[in-house]
Amino acid sequence: MIEVKGLVKTYGHKRAVDGVTFTVKRGDILGFLGPNGAGKSTTMKMITGFLRPNAGKATVDGIDVAEAPVAVKGKIGYLPESAPAYPEMTVEEFLGFIAEIRGFRTAESRRAPVDRAINLTHLAPVRKQSVETLSKGFKQRVGLAQALLHDPPVLVLDEPTDGLDPNQKNEVRSLIKSMAVEKAVILSTHILEEVDAVCNRVIIISQGKVVVDETPEQLRARQPGARLDEIFRNLTRGDI
Amino acid sequence: MRHIAPIFKREFLGYFRSPVAYVFLVAFLVISVSLAFSRYGAFFRAGVASMESYFTFFPWLFMFLVPAVGMRLWSEEKRSGTVELLFTLPVTTLEAVLGKFLAGWAFLAIAVLLSFPMALTVGYLGSPDWGVVVTTYLGAILMAGGYLGVCTLMSAMTKNQVISFVLSLAACAVLLFLGFSSFTETLEGLLPLALADALANFSFITHFDAFTKGIIDPKDVIFFLSLMGFTLFLNVVVLER
Repeated sequence: MIEVKGLVKTYGHKRAVDGVTFTVKRGDILGFLGPNGAGKSTTMKMITGFLRPNAGKATVDGIDVAEAPVAVKGKIGYLPESAPAYPEMTVEEFLGFIAEIRGFRTAESRRAPVDRAINLTHLAPVRKQSVETLSKGFKQRVGLAQALLHDPPVLVLDEPTDGLDPNQKNEVRSLIKSMAVEKAVILSTHILEEVDAVCNRVIIISQGKVVVDETPEQLRARQPGARLDEIFRNLTRGDI
Repeated sequence: MRHIAPIFKREFLGYFRSPVAYVFLVAFLVISVSLAFSRYGAFFRAGVASMESYFTFFPWLFMFLVPAVGMRLWSEEKRSGTVELLFTLPVTTLEAVLGKFLAGWAFLAIAVLLSFPMALTVGYLGSPDWGVVVTTYLGAILMAGGYLGVCTLMSAMTKNQVISFVLSLAACAVLLFLGFSSFTETLEGLLPLALADALANFSFITHFDAFTKGIIDPKDVIFFLSLMGFTLFLNVVVLER
């Protein structure tokens, strides 16, 4: 579903992303790991068409992001880092706006997807509340609801469980897992257990390069008996 | 182009979902009306049933007030990160630019049209030339669009609303002052005459004047429309960079 080949993004003379290559198939949940500033978010922004790569290309469902950005964006549900949303709108208005842009033109056709997204992310108690009055956990769920709204074949989630309490984290993880059967999912995270809990593949990125691309089991097998964060530290030493 | 409508709607209602709209509308109407009745506007002393003393301040008012409307259009999206959300939705940059611009323009048009009690007052006190009133309103709305085009462009260049406001104010001031003879005379001293003349043609005042006299000159209409077109084109370029 997602194919990324030799993506490069430079800021000035710094190569934030330096030749990242991987593929994600339908049914995959890819965990994107790496220290802060390693290039995780930048890679995701290039896949979703927000940033243009300096070299390399990304295709989603066989469509080149650079050639047909609007078509690709229609297939992706994207949760940007820190879940931005228009603060003055209520949850319902905001999701209605997203639905309208996603092609649900009439108020009637919008109701079903908006209700579904609200139910999936348990936003019902705050649906009439404006986004700026929400707690961090609710804001994060609004971002998730927005990404799931059109039931996209591809989900790109930048730190989806950031700001959630342990129970909510669990719930979001099982939600992602339950949906992943017919989707391709990329999620970035700082939390190593999350990879164990949801992902069936791990990519560790360090200084803009992919240093690991394997299953969580293979990652564990690198240093039997060691904790995941020790393995992670050894692999990303260059970033410190 | 079918995504313009939802973006327009969100942006337009966005003014009214926050206090921005109400503060702006009240301030705009209070200032513009009090200027007309002030000693400088001389609404009564002129003894003429026309709205000239009301509209004569518009180019000046717009210089301050349109940047206040336009500064948030892109700066706020960039600051809060929603620009990432917007541009990962299936919309083109042009659709987003047009939707937002038209929303701001419609809002300004409402502000201008809400001055209708002034027109009613003039109509009550005398018998104004309604044709002139209508063309003046049309000119004011077109001029607001011209100012707003400049302001959205400035807003797209920075995520800081203060910088956006100051840049817009400066750009609008230049476009305004180009119409004053003292300013153009200085230019004529510095630049070749043809170039100075050409620059003077870019002034809001010159192009707004005809409307206030009841003339709809295609040249003026085209000036405002092409200024909007050009600034919106640059707006797309800046955002896609």
